[in-house]
Amino acid sequence: MPAFARYLAPLLAFLALAALLYKGLSIDPRTIPSPLIDKPAPAFRLPALKDPEQFISNTDFKGKVTLLNVWATWCVACRQEHPLLVKLRQQGVEIYGLNYKDKRPAAEQWLQRFGNPYIANAFDADGRMGIDWGVYGTPETFVIDKHGIIRHKHIGPITFNAIEHEILPLVKKLREAN
Amino acid sequence: MIPELGHFALILALCLAIVQSVFPLVGSLNRTPSWVAMARPLAYGQFVFLAIAFAALVYAFLSDDFSVLYVAQNGNTELPTIYKVSAVWGAHEGSLLLWVFILSAWMIAVAAFTRSLPEVMVARVLSVMGMISIGFLSFLLFTSNPFARIFPAPLQGGELNPLLQDFGLAVHPPMLYMGYVGMSVAFSFAIAALIGGKLDTAWARWSRPWTLVAWMFLSIGIVLGSWWAYYELGWGGWWFWDPVENASFMPWLAGTALVHSLAVTEKRGAFKRWTVLLALLAFSLSLMGTFLVRSGVLTSVHAFASDPARGMFILAFLMIVIGGSLFLYALRAPGISRGGGFGILSRETLLLGNNLLLIVITSLVLLGTLAPLLYDAFDWGKISVGFPWFNSMFVTFTPLMILLMGAAPLTRWKHQDGGELLRQLRLALLISVVAGVIVALPFAAGTWSAGLAVGLSMWLLTTLLTSAWRRLRHRGGIRAIIADFASRGGRSYYGMWFAHLGVAVFVIGVTFVTQFDVEKDVRMSPAQEIVVNGYRFRFDGVSPHEGPNYLAQRGTVHVSRNGREVAVLHPEKRTYKVQTRPMTEAGIDASLFRDIYVSLGEPLDGGDWALRLYYKPMVRWIWLGGLLMAFGGLLAASDPRYRLRMLAKLSGKAAPADPLTAGGQA
Repeated sequence: MPAFARYLAPLLAFLALAALLYKGLSIDPRTIPSPLIDKPAPAFRLPALKDPEQFISNTDFKGKVTLLNVWATWCVACRQEHPLLVKLRQQGVEIYGLNYKDKRPAAEQWLQRFGNPYIANAFDADGRMGIDWGVYGTPETFVIDKHGIIRHKHIGPITFNAIEHEILPLVKKLREAN
Repeated sequence: MIPELGHFALILALCLAIVQSVFPLVGSLNRTPSWVAMARPLAYGQFVFLAIAFAALVYAFLSDDFSVLYVAQNGNTELPTIYKVSAVWGAHEGSLLLWVFILSAWMIAVAAFTRSLPEVMVARVLSVMGMISIGFLSFLLFTSNPFARIFPAPLQGGELNPLLQDFGLAVHPPMLYMGYVGMSVAFSFAIAALIGGKLDTAWARWSRPWTLVAWMFLSIGIVLGSWWAYYELGWGGWWFWDPVENASFMPWLAGTALVHSLAVTEKRGAFKRWTVLLALLAFSLSLMGTFLVRSGVLTSVHAFASDPARGMFILAFLMIVIGGSLFLYALRAPGISRGGGFGILSRETLLLGNNLLLIVITSLVLLGTLAPLLYDAFDWGKISVGFPWFNSMFVTFTPLMILLMGAAPLTRWKHQDGGELLRQLRLALLISVVAGVIVALPFAAGTWSAGLAVGLSMWLLTTLLTSAWRRLRHRGGIRAIIADFASRGGRSYYGMWFAHLGVAVFVIGVTFVTQFDVEKDVRMSPAQEIVVNGYRFRFDGVSPHEGPNYLAQRGTVHVSRNGREVAVLHPEKRTYKVQTRPMTEAGIDASLFRDIYVSLGEPLDGGDWALRLYYKPMVRWIWLGGLLMAFGGLLAASDPRYRLRMLAKLSGKAAPADPLTAGGQA
């Protein structure tokens, strides 16, 4: 064994680290976990988009597996994912919307034009709820289980792949769980 | 035209960097004095071209030249002038330009202040710095050109992120980069010494002031960042263990270990391998921080535009710089001689102990930062390592470190008699235990952790006083201190003194603010009063207010105590015109022993508002401690012995015949 072998330890440690970082580059950073995963959904109570007199809150999620989709009319990527949400709804997935920093008439018009996949929409005019929920930007989609615990967060527009391989299997699993 | 000049200057700087990284180094190896002599002029040249490039970008911002993409994204005509300038480093491209510009500033500092060093050493150091410069300049030019144009130019710019429109954040990046990049000097000295195969006490003495100054800047940068987060983010926290914060904290920890280890190497010739490894580590961690922040592998509140191509570039660069330097270390380490031996109880042992603790903490911070990535890479599921984990780690190791820190200055080099040490320490020990127990008693603070923290801080304070008393006992009086300041090694000592005092102050601040802060989320109607911790808050409503580039809702809160007015605070809720992002501007009444902190929440019906009221005891001590540490670093770096040698050399005029062999370099 050459004399310098024992001094190679720092180099080897660094190479292991570099391999990890290399792997990190190929992992989609969008799947980086939110600190809210496996935590109870932060409490909120917001006026509904359709009717400011009615309120949407956490209690609406109780007892069923739901998706909460954060969207806005000014967001191009939301327009892109919208048909997939409509399709998810047709497959029986219960979706709530969080209309984020938007205008009521614009949002209502959007739903009339492109279809309404949402059971109801919470209207978060100034993004207050977005802060509590750790929303980085639109669109984002949370999967919440029967007990109101956040189980998954998808950042960015939902893709066909994400639906087939992540969201639908997860929803199925959570529905079967107690 | 001006942006093209800037771009062209960048290209020229890259050309000079390439020449600088080759010729002086090769010249130092094959003994070609003319090649060695190229090092300094090349460094000056690089600085000049980078200064031109930097000035060109500043000009583009000041003149609102939105045909430059970067300016169009981050500039705006309505931005106040100071933020037009700070917008230069407000996003990825410009902050990298600042990075290389500062690197070139460090290079000319090395070129100017190393006249007393052997030419060969200086040539190698500057060559290594040139290599680092190549990496960053090509990164800038090939992946992140700040001078790229867009056509057609927009009429108005996208504006600097409102979060960054703040004085603290205008000066935070330059300070932090001075620290990050400054670590490259210690790194380059270490590489130069490894190339020469000669690591001696002279090498430690040359690196020490550079390391101290870089460490000082890093400390100030971190303090500024923490202070900014406290008043700007609106929820009163001062440290979040965010990946970007960790990225600055890790080089600081390694740098702290390095500063101490260098002292041992300089004084006793011991720990040479360890010291050189730390010098490599401190800068490597700075580079790694850059990677983590810019590549997008980790998410953070500090959103830099992330791009996998950039990540790949930096990773390749890390492989070359860190991998290459560690390989060189493995080659040379067996040849490094052992230094002076030391007993089991000696200052060396205590310093080594603290060095190890610092490195353990650094590794744990690294682990915590990378854990989400690690779990993802191995499909172990998803985790995010949060506050509690980092805090408990810190609480475990810091007390140990402080115990050693208190004893070390009173311990002799080489060998210390245990009984004698105990006799010196017993008064300090007694005072700190008593102080800790009193604080822990129910009628005082009443918690054990507060008692422990106060005890530890008292321990630091009393041991420092003991050590100062012993030092000055024979001389006595203010005059002795002044004379001591002028003496060789005097300021190093007082530097240590203030830096350690800073740690005591910091510990007190952290403990009190985490244990005794009071936070209240309230709904207030105009003229309503609420009492928090003896302070009466009266809410006097909210009125509109117009800033240069934002509209604000400005609240008025009168704070009084025992019927006397303490402060009138104006927390604001701002909406910036361009990015329309709502921002909270907290109203803070600061004082040495407590902060009163009010932030404005949301408007509720009937003129009511949601408000957050905080009482934060001793929060200022956190930053005061940090600044004391930085001051200590500055004091130690200004020690006359670093300059005396230089002056002696200059006045001696013993010009060596062959500059290559001066200083005994092989």
